[in-house]
Amino acid sequence: MAGAYANRKVLPGFKLTLGFTVAYLSLIVLVPLTAVFLKTSVLTADQFWAQITAPRAMASYRLTFGASLLAAAINAVFGLMLAWALVRYSFPGRKIVDALIDLPFALPTAVAGISLTAIYAKNGWLGQFLEPLGIKIAFTPVGVLVALIFIGLPFVVRTVQPILEDLDTEYEEAAASLGASRWETLRRVVIPALFPALLTGFALAFARAVGEYGSVIFIAGNMPLISEITPLIIITKLEQYDYAGATAIASVMLVVSFVLLLVINLLQAWVARSGGKES
Amino acid sequence: MSIRVEGITKHFGQFAALSDVTLDFDKGKLVALLGPSGCGKTTLLRIIAGLETADHGRVLFDEEDATERHVRERQVGFVFQHYALFRHMSVFENVAFGLRVKPRKERPGEAEIRRRVMKLLDLVQLAWVADRSPLQLSGGQRQRIALARALAVEPQVLLLDEPFGALDAKVRKELRSWLRQLHDELHVTSIFVTHDQEEALELADEVVLMNRGRIEQIGSPTEVYTAPASAFVYGFLGSSNQLFGEVKDGYLDTLGARVALPTRETVPQRAAAFVRPHDLHIERGEGHGVPATVRRILTLGALARIELSAVQDSRAFEVELPLRDLSALALTQGETVRLVPTAMRLFPIEEAASP
Repeated sequence: MAGAYANRKVLPGFKLTLGFTVAYLSLIVLVPLTAVFLKTSVLTADQFWAQITAPRAMASYRLTFGASLLAAAINAVFGLMLAWALVRYSFPGRKIVDALIDLPFALPTAVAGISLTAIYAKNGWLGQFLEPLGIKIAFTPVGVLVALIFIGLPFVVRTVQPILEDLDTEYEEAAASLGASRWETLRRVVIPALFPALLTGFALAFARAVGEYGSVIFIAGNMPLISEITPLIIITKLEQYDYAGATAIASVMLVVSFVLLLVINLLQAWVARSGGKES
Repeated sequence: MSIRVEGITKHFGQFAALSDVTLDFDKGKLVALLGPSGCGKTTLLRIIAGLETADHGRVLFDEEDATERHVRERQVGFVFQHYALFRHMSVFENVAFGLRVKPRKERPGEAEIRRRVMKLLDLVQLAWVADRSPLQLSGGQRQRIALARALAVEPQVLLLDEPFGALDAKVRKELRSWLRQLHDELHVTSIFVTHDQEEALELADEVVLMNRGRIEQIGSPTEVYTAPASAFVYGFLGSSNQLFGEVKDGYLDTLGARVALPTRETVPQRAAAFVRPHDLHIERGEGHGVPATVRRILTLGALARIELSAVQDSRAFEVELPLRDLSALALTQGETVRLVPTAMRLFPIEEAASP
């Protein structure tokens, strides 16, 4: 009870802020999400099951979640390298590169989709060289992956960057003076220190990729069972006034996303606990 | 291991951190690099460690050229000013780090690692914190863990950068004597950097005084304190009063007064005289000496400190005397007295003006 007392004394407004937070969250997040589940309740259990396990839907889950996880993983690796280069070295044009990182945030996703398609299509800048090699990117699942990597990149860079800035080079010097090779230093000192931030960046990039629609539909080609993403299935159903069907698929996305993000969060808490805890 | 640095020069942009420094560190000694901030002492330490490369010059370990050797291969233990303990590892793992990253052939087994780490933790008297995170330790404890970690790889040299800089006064004093004991046990050649003269004089076998990237004096603590080689050293070690003026027939003309020189040394024409506060006497009545006004009288334990200002240009002076002499004098604030040095050191004025 001493804690609660201290709370009231030192940080006033606990009830007010909590009340506001709950009300706000309910209005903006919880109520719409509940509506999704309510809307699906017009379906019987069998109908619901049939909707969400339809082959087209199943293929789209695999593509959406698979490509999102892969894109987030790729972004974690290259985002870390980018953040590293930006923090640790000074080179001409560093500020410009730094500013470019945020561009995928700002660009309307449709623009991103159209430009990516133009580049990777059969007659595009890159596509014309890749096509003869038998590598097709536009209008295939690979195209989906490329679009998801593009939009997810800033998340990893921007979460890792400040942590890396705080990580004094003294730690690396200490490791080197103790005889650690560059690789050992990276593996045992740098990566563990950055891991929580890296995981956050990964989770954000993943969440964004799962929900991405605009940039993907241009480059994906949207062939059922092959390159059709789940958000597109939802839109298609909506356009056919199949609200119950759309929300059924949407509820699956919600649950899966929630579970995956929860797992990432738990992993993060575990990392924080097994690593150094603040005293 | 003995260390020699030869003709070390290092520039950071336009700033000359070290200019042509040559120094020998004898085997098994504990040496202090002492000087004001920006004098190049930390840079020299980092060059010896291999964390920084010199523009010119060589570093020799046991007369072998180690200039091109990577920090990994130099076998130096480096203790950082802010310890640089790995936060995501326990204290045990921090100390074990140097053993775990050894190449497979040289790496000891798990049981051997455990034994050696616990032995080191015993040595720094912190075996009971082995499983804690470094973040849960106090500053003094972190310092000792950093030392244990550096010792784990059995370094030939121990380098410490401002080892007590981040600690409060009491812990600093305790750790100081503890480090001295540890050094006497281990006999590892050790060099530490400090800006605290008391620390250097109390702890080191040998003190290297540095200023503006150059070495001013090398000697035992007693030598550098009692026989300062330059005006800078005199001014830097302990407090002192300074008098500038012309030297004529055994007198120094300064501040419109004449001061008899206590010693007949060969002295420059224009000189700066340095006088320790306890070598300055307060006298009344007629005679030689600098006229000064009493500003403040402070009593500190067995000593009294009198702050005065010269009558002519209100230059500040400081006098220290035993408490019972003060009561015999019966000084009053605002009173004008004569300051008579009983001992002093004279340096050419150009040199004295430079620091």
